[in-house]
Amino acid sequence: MDVITQGTLPLLSDPDPEKARAVFKKKSRSMTPKVMSASTAVERFVHPGDYLVVGAFGAVRIPTVILHEIVRKHITGLKFGGHTATHDCQILSAGHAFDACDIAYVIGLEARGLSKISRRHFERDDVEVIQWTNAAMAWRLKAAAMGIPFLPARNMLGTDTLEYSAAKVVRCPYTNHPLVLLPALYPDLAIIHVHEADIYGNSRIRGILVADEDLARASKKVIVTCERLIPHEEIRRAPHLTNIPYYCVDAVVEAPFGSYPGNMPGEYFSDEDHLRLWLDKGKDEQDFEAFFKKYVLDTADFDAYLQLCGGLKRMQELRRLEMLPDENGRLDPDQTNGQAN
Amino acid sequence: MAADYNDMELMICVASRFLEDGKLVAVGTGAPCAAAMLAQRRHAPNLMVLFEAGGFAPILPSMPISVGDSRTTHKALLATSMDDIMSMCQRGMVDYTFLGGAQIDPFGNLNSTLIGTPEHPKVMLPGSGGANDLASLCWHTMVITPQDKRRFVEHLDFLTTPGYLTGNGAREAAGLPAETGPYKIITNLAVLGFDEDTRRMRVEQLHPGVRLEDVRANTGFDLLVSDALTKTVPPTEQELSELRTHVDPYRYIIGR
Repeated sequence: MDVITQGTLPLLSDPDPEKARAVFKKKSRSMTPKVMSASTAVERFVHPGDYLVVGAFGAVRIPTVILHEIVRKHITGLKFGGHTATHDCQILSAGHAFDACDIAYVIGLEARGLSKISRRHFERDDVEVIQWTNAAMAWRLKAAAMGIPFLPARNMLGTDTLEYSAAKVVRCPYTNHPLVLLPALYPDLAIIHVHEADIYGNSRIRGILVADEDLARASKKVIVTCERLIPHEEIRRAPHLTNIPYYCVDAVVEAPFGSYPGNMPGEYFSDEDHLRLWLDKGKDEQDFEAFFKKYVLDTADFDAYLQLCGGLKRMQELRRLEMLPDENGRLDPDQTNGQAN
Repeated sequence: MAADYNDMELMICVASRFLEDGKLVAVGTGAPCAAAMLAQRRHAPNLMVLFEAGGFAPILPSMPISVGDSRTTHKALLATSMDDIMSMCQRGMVDYTFLGGAQIDPFGNLNSTLIGTPEHPKVMLPGSGGANDLASLCWHTMVITPQDKRRFVEHLDFLTTPGYLTGNGAREAAGLPAETGPYKIITNLAVLGFDEDTRRMRVEQLHPGVRLEDVRANTGFDLLVSDALTKTVPPTEQELSELRTHVDPYRYIIGR
């Protein structure tokens, strides 16, 4: 298969499955308890230079609890896989945590608008950027989860997105049509927030999976944060509900409301007022530094942040909102949170 | 009697009419989602909506704020993965998608990556997200956008998402699936389609009160005009009533 054309930018991670196998060969298979605090998990498993991918999508089911810990510990020099990274990207940008990024979607917060915080980080800190797409990032993780060096696909072709990526185009040996080869992405570290996990890391996700099943399998280290720990017997009772098996997982952090201000499907809706506050504060640099110091850098832990944001009372409001209280399945007109912008 | 409506309501109503019953449409948040919801309530009750993050065929209770939020799987048929949704597009199962962008060119190519040059961007934009994928892999791409010279440009600063690339046959030559590409561009002034021979943008429908020269004055390149140029039927009372009462009662989109 001769290369017809290729992207002009470098790979931020090595797609060689032999090197990945050498790492996975040494990965522990023993089912041991892995529960620890967010602080310990970050100390042990997040290192400058690591390639990091955050689970789920946008501000949905993100592991905010660990992202705060990363910036509180002033970890920098990460490489970041930005597959629809919105509030997660914003937090890491505020902490100047990464200096290179595989981009599918960053800077924006979807319908909420653009983040000046993320934009400042990318533009001013001269972050190295490589272009990809959401499907490309998902399939790069799929290739790694399969233990192969690339997957062929039919996206990205003919565009500047391909030109400014590290993908290659070959002629298909079966059909003779051009095909893009998406290089496997084996992250050094994945952080994934789930609904339930046992103490060994067997994990359950409700709602959309995005790329998390592949992400957990593709990554050399995995931190799982969960809304709640459940008994191991419960996993054994219903194995068809397990999305991530224990052998992928290196740390389990129990973190109720750990995705706040994100949306945790079936648990709580996103806190749109608080996300709006981040975007508004982000417009003025000094304003934001004070806000960021108060809400993130100077808080002892994630619980202190939740308290600052209204504590259990606010969390219950967001839980009620998630349940769509109106009998028609529509929000009460007085409860515009989550919808207004 | 003509109903009163704003540009956003007009674009949503017109866009919804292009969605046929029994088809599949991949949407994002905002106007595209409203157009799909309106179509479901009017002529296309069996139109299925899908979201790239993994939601398939929800009964949308309200406008989602994220392509992955809980509303995208409300009473849905499937909560799955991005791989599954995008593979479905790649297999040829998804009929329509709706996209937007900061710039669009005569061949319907879109830019959502940057303004300036890749080496020296003046403004960074979010990037492709799933736009490149959906426009590559779904059968028909539609765009809902306000029309002005800043957006409708001869040359994009960055080609994020493929339209017809450089013209007829260019998509197939690049390896993109055959018989796919931009279908309708729905603006506040007109509906634009693409000439079969050149794959350049052409005016197909003028909205009420809009003249051809108004469309030209708001476009940064030469426009072809369809031989069968028609006038847009204004949004009907029924369409507007559904849109305002059931699709977007809190005016999150139509109030913009």
